[in-house]
Amino acid sequence: MQTNDIGLTRRDYEGTLTTLCGGCGHDSISAAIIQAAAEMSLEPHRVAKISGIGCSSKIPSYFLSKAHGFNSVHGRMPSVATGANIANKELYYVGVSGDGDSASIGLGQFCHIVRRRINMLYIVANNGTYGLTKGQLSATADLGSRTKSGEESQFDNIDMATLAIELGASFVARSFSGDKKQLIPLLQAGLSHKGFAFIDVISPCVTFNNTDFSTHGYKNTWENYVALSEIDFVPMREEITTSYGAGKEKEITLHDGSAIHLHKTSNDYDPSDKENALHHINEYKKQGKIATGLLYINQSSSDLHELQETVDRPLNSLGDQELCPGSKALNDINNTFR
Amino acid sequence: MSELIQTSKVAGLTKVNDFVVKFANVNGSGSASANGMFAKAVFRMGIPISPHNIFPSNIQGLPTWFEVRVNENGYLGRREGVDLIVAMNEQTIGKDIASVVPGGYVLYDSSKVLANELLRDDVSYLPIPLKDICLQEFEKPAQRQLFKNIVYIGALSAFLDIDFKVLTELVSEQFRGKEKLILPNIHALELGYQYASDNFNCPLSLRLEKSDKNKGKILMDGNTATGLGSVYGGATVAAWYPLTPSTSVVDSFAKYCKRLRIDAGTGKKKYSIVQAEDELAAIGIAIGAGWNGARAFTATSGPGISLMQEFLGLAYFSEVPIVVFNVQRVGPSTGMPTRSQQGDLLCCAYASHGDTKHVLLFPANPSECFDYAASSFDIADRIQSPVIVMSDLELGMNEQICEPLNWNDESRYDRGKVLNAEQLDEIEKYGRYLDSDGDGITYRTYPGTHPHKGSYFTRGSSHDAYAAYTEDGSVYAEVMDRLTLKMKTALNYLPEPEFSKPTSNKLGLVFIGTTISAINEVLDNLAKQGIALDTMRIRAFPFHDSVTEFFDAHELNYVIEQNRDAQLKSLLKIECNIHEEKMHSILSYDGALITAQHIEKSIMGSL
Repeated sequence: MQTNDIGLTRRDYEGTLTTLCGGCGHDSISAAIIQAAAEMSLEPHRVAKISGIGCSSKIPSYFLSKAHGFNSVHGRMPSVATGANIANKELYYVGVSGDGDSASIGLGQFCHIVRRRINMLYIVANNGTYGLTKGQLSATADLGSRTKSGEESQFDNIDMATLAIELGASFVARSFSGDKKQLIPLLQAGLSHKGFAFIDVISPCVTFNNTDFSTHGYKNTWENYVALSEIDFVPMREEITTSYGAGKEKEITLHDGSAIHLHKTSNDYDPSDKENALHHINEYKKQGKIATGLLYINQSSSDLHELQETVDRPLNSLGDQELCPGSKALNDINNTFR
Repeated sequence: MSELIQTSKVAGLTKVNDFVVKFANVNGSGSASANGMFAKAVFRMGIPISPHNIFPSNIQGLPTWFEVRVNENGYLGRREGVDLIVAMNEQTIGKDIASVVPGGYVLYDSSKVLANELLRDDVSYLPIPLKDICLQEFEKPAQRQLFKNIVYIGALSAFLDIDFKVLTELVSEQFRGKEKLILPNIHALELGYQYASDNFNCPLSLRLEKSDKNKGKILMDGNTATGLGSVYGGATVAAWYPLTPSTSVVDSFAKYCKRLRIDAGTGKKKYSIVQAEDELAAIGIAIGAGWNGARAFTATSGPGISLMQEFLGLAYFSEVPIVVFNVQRVGPSTGMPTRSQQGDLLCCAYASHGDTKHVLLFPANPSECFDYAASSFDIADRIQSPVIVMSDLELGMNEQICEPLNWNDESRYDRGKVLNAEQLDEIEKYGRYLDSDGDGITYRTYPGTHPHKGSYFTRGSSHDAYAAYTEDGSVYAEVMDRLTLKMKTALNYLPEPEFSKPTSNKLGLVFIGTTISAINEVLDNLAKQGIALDTMRIRAFPFHDSVTEFFDAHELNYVIEQNRDAQLKSLLKIECNIHEEKMHSILSYDGALITAQHIEKSIMGSL
């Protein structure tokens, strides 16, 4: 079996056998994460996987079994990931959530982790439905979209990607579980990005929300899926030799020295311009199209540790010597209360 | 010297170092620091005192009171009745004057004539034209308002014979670094002192005398001690949502971290404080950090505890160490947010759905707040479960005289059972929930420890010894039984009850936390009537065997607590199987600290 730069095979990045339905988009996401991490030669044990509750939140079981995982409470993955990240800034953090988990019960926590700029990759496996409870509409279901049982969404949807951009996420992308070619480099770029990276992955629920009338089914997604750019991920070890013609291509260097190359399909699209990105996404939405690819990026944003000026060593590695001020300091404090 | 003002037909109370002074103010008027100065001055004169803030949930304009009991014998619980009122609030002045005991005193602002209906003939009035004095002496409107408070402290200094030098020292300390403010404040003190001395026979027969009862002691509030204890206990992550009366725990943690937790070389912080969007996120952050090997806490009160229930169940079942400081206030719902109660015992002991149980600690004074805060992180790491430290508003937000805080430099943090990479190499197969020691406590690993050993999946759903998901009922039951065993093991790490010297008495007094403030007084007063009692102050839940033994050894046990439903008594029944006939409840739940008089009356009535 082929090994990567650190001598690991693809199998070293796998997790336990999936218990999701055959054909579930979520399994494609697990597979994409496995391939992305293997190609990047990530050390599996340097990753912490955190999720909430729901079908989506089972995904961390199915990749990187050598990494610690935490399947927490419904809608509360962001706070658990925040705490974990604060405790040890040296690990990679991958949060996996769903549309019920992040757009409904956990919308508040989602908004605040974006604001707090936690350095992590946050993936929403978005299928527009509650699968585990047998197919109720979720808050990302588009107005007029219909589930298998015929229930029609009467409300406007919450677009997690535009919300993330508005709230200050420094890396926002949208992709489709069926498009490995696009999803893998986005995952790699998101992992390499310093700051809060968010990917909204449309991931059809084959059992409850894959009808011709569902905007989150395979049919609608394939038909209305528009890539704002094509993306290549170039790990930092590789010498960048390819040259690109001006105007059409853009190279973006990430924090760890790796780079992404964007081949733009629309001339006036600029992923470093927030207003421009929102404008494009909304224009496509009006036409019933789904804008995908790297939607927005800002490489110069600081993460929470930089903002708080925490010490270079992980907080969880500090012991008595570094943390306890001792009896002399305490006696001085006592004296101020006399 | 002008002619002395004659305001009373009765002789004033004659009491030295034994009285209650109450200040009635409007909140937001700057009275708090002046009143605090009064308390500190009495403390420095060596006389035992206990100040209590009685304040509204409001920023400006509502009534607020500051009640100080002075007692040479060290009876520092609340006492009913007021001996001297400083009546500064026109909204409440009627009630305030009515609260004075016969023979007591009323200090008021005589810039405005007191209405006839406020005149009592069984108290003495001490009129001081505070507003007029300040108008004449100070130019800025803010000073004219603020210095009224300082002027009445100056007057009290003459009336009660407070050492004036102590007051001027306090002013100098308070405004260190803002020297411009020292002179005007001292001037205001002198104005009050001078006016009182010129117009009244000073001191009154109600007065102070220097003593030596506070030697070595400090005057501190519980929340300050809790925040400082968390610094000493090695907490690096604090996540919280502002909530009275717990807010000052994190304020204190932040204050001392800024002083004591900055890396000398880089100036960077060896801590992180996150003000979360709500209490759910606050405890979630603490759990994430605890899971990843940092010592983490959140501080909250009843409404926050309600929101944290689901996460507490997760931490219990997935075995993540965290510390929660619950500074209790009056519930249910918003209740009386600025009043005190011991009302969260049941909802904390068994917080969350399903079968759960949590370690609770009950500190009773600021020194214990410090000790328990520091040791709670050791306990949480040792038992890999939440530890909830149960303080209350009375203890958290009011200053108390206590022993100085103490730290043993020889002590080391107990991080519990955590395996490092070398230890993992020696193990054939790692099981996160494998009870290899038979004490219910299993070995954990931090994420990122070893390239291919020791990783596991943490989940709130049922899991086996190797952390794998399971719906096998017998495996689930085994885990639940192990958690029961773990709670038994936990007792080895929890403080035993504090007992009075055992006697052959047949009556027992059982209590927790701030109820302690009334106990000495109760025991002394009942002893005078020939009634003797043994006492047990419970300091932790689950209960040690010695708790049951105490009940067995006494015919009747008074269980004293500050809530309506006798929650401590319920816990004792559930956990220790103590018979109803063995227990007699004494309850207080009006939001104010329980008094010795109330306890004495209840005991006398039951005999």
